[in-house]
Amino acid sequence: MSTATLFSYASDLGAVLLLALGLKGLSKVRSARSANGLAALAMGLAVVGLLIQQSLSLEAWLWIGVGTAIGGLAGVITAQRVPMTAMPETVALFNGCGGMASLLVAVAVALFQSSGADLVALISIVISVFVGAITFSGSVVAMGKLQGWIATPGWTQSQLRHAVNISLAVACLVAGIGLPSDPAGLPLWILVVASSLLGIGVTLPIGGADMPVVISLLNSYSGVAAAAAGFVVGSQLLIVAGAMVGAAGLILTQVMCTAMNRSLVSVLFGGALGGAAPVGGGGDEAGYTRITSCSPEECAMALETAERVVFVPGYGLAVAQAQHTLRELAKLLEANGAEVSYAIHPVAGRMPGHMNVLLAEADVPYEQLLEMDTINPDFPRTDVVIVLGANDVVNPDAKSDPTSPLFGMPVLEVDQARQVFVVKRSLGAGYAGIKNALFELPQTAMVFGDAKAVLAGLVSELRELGVGKKTPTAV
Amino acid sequence: MSSLSQALWVLLLGSLLGLELIGKVPPTLHTPLMSGANAISGITVLASLTLIAQAHGNPVLLLFGAVSLAFALFNVIGGFLVTDRMLAMFSRKKS
Repeated sequence: MSTATLFSYASDLGAVLLLALGLKGLSKVRSARSANGLAALAMGLAVVGLLIQQSLSLEAWLWIGVGTAIGGLAGVITAQRVPMTAMPETVALFNGCGGMASLLVAVAVALFQSSGADLVALISIVISVFVGAITFSGSVVAMGKLQGWIATPGWTQSQLRHAVNISLAVACLVAGIGLPSDPAGLPLWILVVASSLLGIGVTLPIGGADMPVVISLLNSYSGVAAAAAGFVVGSQLLIVAGAMVGAAGLILTQVMCTAMNRSLVSVLFGGALGGAAPVGGGGDEAGYTRITSCSPEECAMALETAERVVFVPGYGLAVAQAQHTLRELAKLLEANGAEVSYAIHPVAGRMPGHMNVLLAEADVPYEQLLEMDTINPDFPRTDVVIVLGANDVVNPDAKSDPTSPLFGMPVLEVDQARQVFVVKRSLGAGYAGIKNALFELPQTAMVFGDAKAVLAGLVSELRELGVGKKTPTAV
Repeated sequence: MSSLSQALWVLLLGSLLGLELIGKVPPTLHTPLMSGANAISGITVLASLTLIAQAHGNPVLLLFGAVSLAFALFNVIGGFLVTDRMLAMFSRKKS
């Protein structure tokens, strides 16, 4: 056994260990950042180990250099430029590219190196192509939907889509069975095309609200694709890492489904929620009868005297990029002696944990971000709650109305607070397309407008009332 | 064939490890964790590199390898950097 082989064994084992420690560390706030570095180090170690073991020609180094330069540069630029609000799309994009890489490797091996390959290698190629293609096309569709480039076509909400997807799945199966006897021929291309279309066909009908679940699931798939690629090229390290990420992705997907009171099956096969079951008037405003609306001025007056204020930030806040203005308002209220906190629903923002990132970007102290279970008992002693672009996660029907599609979903109990202001652009329904009983409660007032504009209005109103000037020492 | 059963064991244990590693995660970290796990799934760079290494001068294979390497590295490098960018915001708050 040569020194190079020994070294590559050691580096492989080290890489697996560091990857596992990295993944574990990523789940704790204190260690998350160093854990991310650890995982990156593990990746580097694995690559170095592989490069040392393989005796590479000058030509190979050249191609590696070209691929590294292009992929690395694009990665660095994207990671630095992308706004925090676009994080779900970004993860989807990265993820799709990982799937594409597995797909390309499997296709190349099928085309050029499959003569004499055993059945296991051929089956691995089929899985790698199938999962890789679904990951890629599904991620691209998910990104397009989140960016608003792709709408949900009407036909995808009918039963027709099941027929289409089942036909595509059958095509994949037939091509997959046919591939081992003719690895470089027609079955391969049918498999590539049918799997890609299946990825689109499965993702397209899913509504925006469920997109985080889809991205998480696709993330899991890209792990599976990597593991399959590991079987194709015979790399155990790749199999371990891929399997680890695949399993971890499944857990995360499950966590998200629980938080949104959705089952994975209904996300994948149920179509867009609300499109299928509009309740109480769905997306129009006719369903509401007892709405009180008020101006930012009135809202500011309530805030001036409030001792305890809770903000409930949601998707609308992220869209309006209003997190910095919100922080400004919070500082002003703190200077006025109020206790300010933020109620974070597990799925606030556009994916779980997204709101925490956005508020951290705006320098909101970590201790003020309270999770649902922590803050729910505190709502009865809260003077003012301001709901910013959140809707379904504050709907009291989820607790009290067994006929509501939201029934059973854990929600923030803002209806317990003394006064609730809901900042919203219109009375349009939330993602789930369901009427919100909170809006009609006597203690609720609607402040119509863009979240950022309303918050800026509140800041200037409060300044006019003299708030924050008396105690310049605070914050 | 022992290498297959070995590989399947590796697959099984790797999956179990993944299930155990992230049992409890504070919601704050879901987005960075997803992004970090996504970066790790770019480990398929190893497959791309193996493809290039074993291309034996076949230009089409080299091209396939280089393109897939670019895709995978985009995933890896972009993923780790963007995760670090997110987590840097959290740690700034702690100090």
